[in-house]
Amino acid sequence: MKTFLYSIWNLYVDGFRNMTWGKPLWVLIFLKVVILFLVLRMFFFEPVLAGKSAEEKSEHVGKELMR
Amino acid sequence: MIANALVDWSRAQFALTAGYHWIFVPLTLGLAVIMATMESLYVIKKDEFWKRTAKFWMKLFAINFAVGIATGIILEFEFGTNWSNYSWFVGDIFGAPLAIEGMLAFFMEATFFAVMFFGWDKVSKKTHLFATWMTGIGASISAVWILIANAWMQRPVGMEFNPDTVRHEMVDFWALVTNPVAIVKFFHSVSSGWMTGAIFVIGISSWYLLKKRNVRFALASIRVAAVVGILGTFVLMGSGDGSGVLVAKYQPMKMAAAEGLEKGGECAPFSIVPGVEIPGMLSILATHDIDGCVPGIEDLLNGYTDHNGISYPSAQEKIAKGKRALQAFKEYRMLKDTNPAKAAEARRVLDENVDYFGYGYIDSPEELIPNVPLIYWSFRVMVGFGGFLLVLMFVVLWAEWKGKLEKMTWLQWVALWSIPLVYLAGQAGWIVAEVGRQPWVIQGLLPTKAAVSSVSVGAVQTTFFLFVAIFTLFLAIEIRIMLKAIKKGPEGV
Repeated sequence: MKTFLYSIWNLYVDGFRNMTWGKPLWVLIFLKVVILFLVLRMFFFEPVLAGKSAEEKSEHVGKELMR
Repeated sequence: MIANALVDWSRAQFALTAGYHWIFVPLTLGLAVIMATMESLYVIKKDEFWKRTAKFWMKLFAINFAVGIATGIILEFEFGTNWSNYSWFVGDIFGAPLAIEGMLAFFMEATFFAVMFFGWDKVSKKTHLFATWMTGIGASISAVWILIANAWMQRPVGMEFNPDTVRHEMVDFWALVTNPVAIVKFFHSVSSGWMTGAIFVIGISSWYLLKKRNVRFALASIRVAAVVGILGTFVLMGSGDGSGVLVAKYQPMKMAAAEGLEKGGECAPFSIVPGVEIPGMLSILATHDIDGCVPGIEDLLNGYTDHNGISYPSAQEKIAKGKRALQAFKEYRMLKDTNPAKAAEARRVLDENVDYFGYGYIDSPEELIPNVPLIYWSFRVMVGFGGFLLVLMFVVLWAEWKGKLEKMTWLQWVALWSIPLVYLAGQAGWIVAEVGRQPWVIQGLLPTKAAVSSVSVGAVQTTFFLFVAIFTLFLAIEIRIMLKAIKKGPEGV
């Protein structure tokens, strides 16, 4: 089991270490995740129902649907 | 009611994001099968040529995957911010499949993807091949759950509306996952991915032929891609036929709009383009019976009786039932704590009319007609380009088989310039599916105008243009990296 887990760990470590053309792709993925979660999600996409209890959410949407 | 501008901008933003997401998904689905087939040939034939060929397409697969990854998450942001009424109203019907999709995609991609790219010299050939196939299968399994959720919006099943929580509660998970709309949609979407992957590989390989380089690699890639693409297109046509029957049954207005059919009936004609029709063909496509009744827009608004003698209510009757359901919902919500007897009566009326709940928001029957010209022409773009690409794949395969393709430069140019067509066909297909469902976000239960959150139009406009800028930037980066990799070409073949 220990050897198996080590070989999996080794696969990832060696894979990342010996990457050639994959490096810019990882930079791209990292940039995108930062833009998505640290910019868009935090500053532009606050969920309307965030912080409300289930009852408050029902109440809020109920009122919205009855307007 | 919510202002039209907010609804329009929220829709435009969602369409932009979903359309952008669908640039990457079909290529992932299709390229995965093509490169796995190539690697299978390597394992079977023990020929290094196939390994290098598969590795090159894996590289393009990775570029597409890296740029496309997480574009779907933006849709989930929008659900929470711009479509909060909808997100709450759909309840666990939508949440459960999306949660399963997220977990499956993460675990399958994190494991098999890593073995596929990092494991060439670390695991056995067969284990590696298994990982490559599982990467493709994993992507398709992810699609299953997304499409189950989407199919529920087209034909809601397996749930009950709870006016206390204002949510739909799942009562039959099996009905949700075996929804025929979901099954057909899965095969249609995944096979359209196979076609996209095939046309992409054929187009890029044709460029190598035009440049007279990597010829063996290009011809071998074309052979594999054309076979995968043709097989995929047959599934695409079969599932398209099934989809037509289901749309006619559950979303007849979408069918009427896709055909621009004002007045329908039995032996309805299929419109190829305005003024050119095939008599009876629409009835065959929609009902598998030349005498089958296909209602037109007017019939659906005025009510009609089909060829089996079944009568369908007019739009006014549905709106009246919807208004009763909505009024009963309001009364129930107001009286449930103060007057249980009256609340129970309101609940009874709501339950009786709940199937028409969404019609309560409709002000006039004309609101029930979607954008006919857009749907009509999108359908023709989808089918027209799809038909052309099928012929192209047959011609390319035949020419390669006969050893003539290398000299047919005109065909290589056609194949290269067909790459945008397959993307246009895919986008057009989703326009038919989603714009055709309008004015509904959930067919019959919730119109789009009631589903949007009360946020400012300016906020939606800001994020819309922000997305345009970000998406354009990322797409330009992808195309640049992709072109660089293509120009460099495969190694050693």
